[in-house]
Amino acid sequence: MNAKTADKIATGVIYAIASSVALILVAMLAFILVRGLPHLSWHFLTASARSFEAGGGIGIQLFNSFYLLVLAMLISFPIALGAAIYLNEYAKPSLFISIIRTAIEVMSSLPSVVVGLFGFLIFVVKFHLGFSILSGAIALTFFNLPILTSSIESSLSQIPNLQREAGAALGLSRFETVIHIILPASVPSIVTGVVISAGRVFGEAAALIYTAGQSAPTLDFGDWNPFNLASPLSPFRPAETLAVHIWKINSEGIMPDLSAVSAGASAVLIIVVLLFNFSARRLGMMLYKKLTKS
Amino acid sequence: MDLITEKIKKTSLSTKQDRFGKLISITALILIASVVVLIFGFVISRGLATFTTNKVSLGHFLFGTDWNPSVVNKKTGQPGVGALPLIVGSMAVTFLAALVATPFAIGTAVFMTEVANKRGAKIMQPVIELLVGIPSVVYGVIGLTVVVPTVRAIFGGTGLGILSGTIVLFVMILPTITSMTVDTLKGVPRHYRESALAIGATRWQMIQKVILRAATPGILTAIVFGMARAFGEALAVQMVIGNAANMPNSLVSASATLTSVLTMGIGNTVMGSLQNNVLWSLAMILLLMSLVFNILIRFIGRKGELK
Repeated sequence: MNAKTADKIATGVIYAIASSVALILVAMLAFILVRGLPHLSWHFLTASARSFEAGGGIGIQLFNSFYLLVLAMLISFPIALGAAIYLNEYAKPSLFISIIRTAIEVMSSLPSVVVGLFGFLIFVVKFHLGFSILSGAIALTFFNLPILTSSIESSLSQIPNLQREAGAALGLSRFETVIHIILPASVPSIVTGVVISAGRVFGEAAALIYTAGQSAPTLDFGDWNPFNLASPLSPFRPAETLAVHIWKINSEGIMPDLSAVSAGASAVLIIVVLLFNFSARRLGMMLYKKLTKS
Repeated sequence: MDLITEKIKKTSLSTKQDRFGKLISITALILIASVVVLIFGFVISRGLATFTTNKVSLGHFLFGTDWNPSVVNKKTGQPGVGALPLIVGSMAVTFLAALVATPFAIGTAVFMTEVANKRGAKIMQPVIELLVGIPSVVYGVIGLTVVVPTVRAIFGGTGLGILSGTIVLFVMILPTITSMTVDTLKGVPRHYRESALAIGATRWQMIQKVILRAATPGILTAIVFGMARAFGEALAVQMVIGNAANMPNSLVSASATLTSVLTMGIGNTVMGSLQNNVLWSLAMILLLMSLVFNILIRFIGRKGELK
């Protein structure tokens, strides 16, 4: 075959492959949204789920998902930030650091179901926390930590060394440089990373089915005392999230309006995750503009 | 004078702060590393209980084909704890998904970096990012509502099975492999392209004979990453694989994977029983496999460096 013909064929094939990948995405999003959006209503978003009769909603699951996300972020962000600061600002190449880096890499590739099982073993069984928000939040933290750490670390490493030298020249200690110069400068990209990882955490289910549980007891939204089990804020109640709910109703298959609820809930899940992904960059850029006065 | 000497000799406030900050940040780091050690320690110690307390032989576990831990097999007198069907199921979906995804991923990555430079990359970049962002249960729902009925219509049977699992996993690992391949291709120095074109190569010859060659270690790493993701993926696969722990004899009959059995089983067994221990052994296999994938990635990386 002529080299030029081969070139043309190859170019055509490459175009076909790329457009089919784009098509797959568009088709999936359209499928989920077209099937799901008609089922969305205020009632669907706020009512509690029903297992054996039609007309249930996803209110509690939606609340649980956000609450778990907030808790998991509250626990994992400080740890990830500290670890990233050490890795990027203090660490010198050594055996210790390379072992720790390997550990973080290994952790980020652990199957999330194994992370969930570990959470189940330690918190649900050994510490007798039962299926609870707290167990779920900690499992999500394990799931989230390696990704968040490396995303913050790469944000920090994008700040040019000039800034660190400037800090040192002003007589600031390393820590002061980090707090007053490096962190403010990297806030926009850290925020982008945090929001993207929040999207991942929001859609995670495998780590939660045996930690936060698969049941969503009725909540009393008038009671905000975190120590009452019926309170939405209670960290000791079992809490099925939206993603877990979708998995559960599909694998049980006993809900009469299963396909409607499943389609609606998937649409909500996708919309929230897409919102996270879209807003991540926007938010980062907005913060950058505000912080740099440019 | 004494005051000054004293002041100089004393640790200053900012040094103390610095030490404190360093201490806090290294504590966080060690915390993360110890979580990894704990995960491995606990899961492996539980996983080994099958072999130490329940006296199941390793060979029987790894190569037995009868998976039914709650029933004692009449022929052998031992409970059915042969995990081979599950291992084969996991391996099959993983390799098939990687096999299908690789040409798509390489094609898309080449499209983004070599063929349709700026505009193509501008369109495909968000496509890849959105594909990464879609939660795995949503892939599972799409698998159940689209892939499974389609497979059923074409091949008959239930539609559940390795083929459906492969198709779902293919879409799930596609963005992982693609984005890493894009990074590798971007890392190929510009002068490679220029020299290839200067000696009269067509664009395809340049891509095929120079760029892809130079990027081979990176692409292999990307594929292994994708396979690691496919191997550990639980819910999406569990929803479409059929959950029948038979030795898979065709791509369209119901089978099971390590992760699907784990997600279904852990809640229904009593802690410390053989049925439960053997599930932890499956989790241990998953952990060890993810370690193997990691080692493979490092190995490929090192081989690539030597060139």
